[in-house]
Amino acid sequence: MAARDDFPEQAMQYAPQLYSAAMRLTRNSADAEDLVQDTYLRAWRSFETFQEGTNLRAWLYRILTNSFINKYRAKQRRPDETGMDNIEDLYLYKRIGELDSALGSRSAEDTMFDMFTDDEVKSALEALPEKFRIPVLLADVEGFAYKEIAEMLDIPVGTVMSRLHRGRKGMHKLLYDFASARGLISKTTEPDHA
Amino acid sequence: MPDCKDTLRELEQFLDSELNESVRAEIHGHLEGCPDCLQAFDFHAELRSVIAAKCSNDEMPPGLMSKIAKCFGPEVAGDDLNDAASTGDTRPTS
Repeated sequence: MAARDDFPEQAMQYAPQLYSAAMRLTRNSADAEDLVQDTYLRAWRSFETFQEGTNLRAWLYRILTNSFINKYRAKQRRPDETGMDNIEDLYLYKRIGELDSALGSRSAEDTMFDMFTDDEVKSALEALPEKFRIPVLLADVEGFAYKEIAEMLDIPVGTVMSRLHRGRKGMHKLLYDFASARGLISKTTEPDHA
Repeated sequence: MPDCKDTLRELEQFLDSELNESVRAEIHGHLEGCPDCLQAFDFHAELRSVIAAKCSNDEMPPGLMSKIAKCFGPEVAGDDLNDAASTGDTRPTS
């Protein structure tokens, strides 16, 4: 059992990242603030169930995602999964991978960092239907393992993997759409190989 | 040794660090000799790090930290939690 006196300080170090995650989930700052506070209230109330030596950060994210699912899902419009299927594998890479390497470079990472604005990347993630958005957020932004995500969401590991696969493709397609809308990529650019 | 198709199929699990050691070594071996696959893997690794950086940089509203600190008081207002109780846990009575 963790020392009760130490718990607030240990838990609060994760507040900034929990707030960013809450923004991706709720898509607005008022609900994100509420969700983070809710998460800490619940964490404190169920402090006894937290076992010292286990991953405090993962435990807080589990509470965050479950609070979101329980409290906010009802408010959201029906998920729109149209357009999530039939996106080919490596969709974005086949369209901008060559461009990215053609741009050249001292650092490919710098190039890609400048290719999309912060708002575009956030919007692309937030546009995903919740059942894909949550696993992608937990894996690609927060760095949790399949097994941890499966436990947080109470779904099988195979389901985590398939939702990540579909969610990532959906997000990549949106990023491509943003880049081509800005004229960064010619609309006529087509992959030169399958 | 996996071919390009086998290698690209493992791209996500490779970048997720979810492959077992022997498969990971095989993929690694293919990438060392295949610039095309290596470019695809690099692209997705870079994209992943850009997404992580750009999706986790929101600034907390002023005052949120002190609101959070109040969540740890001995008495917490429960009105926000009426609909919830999903953890099934109760606060300690002591």
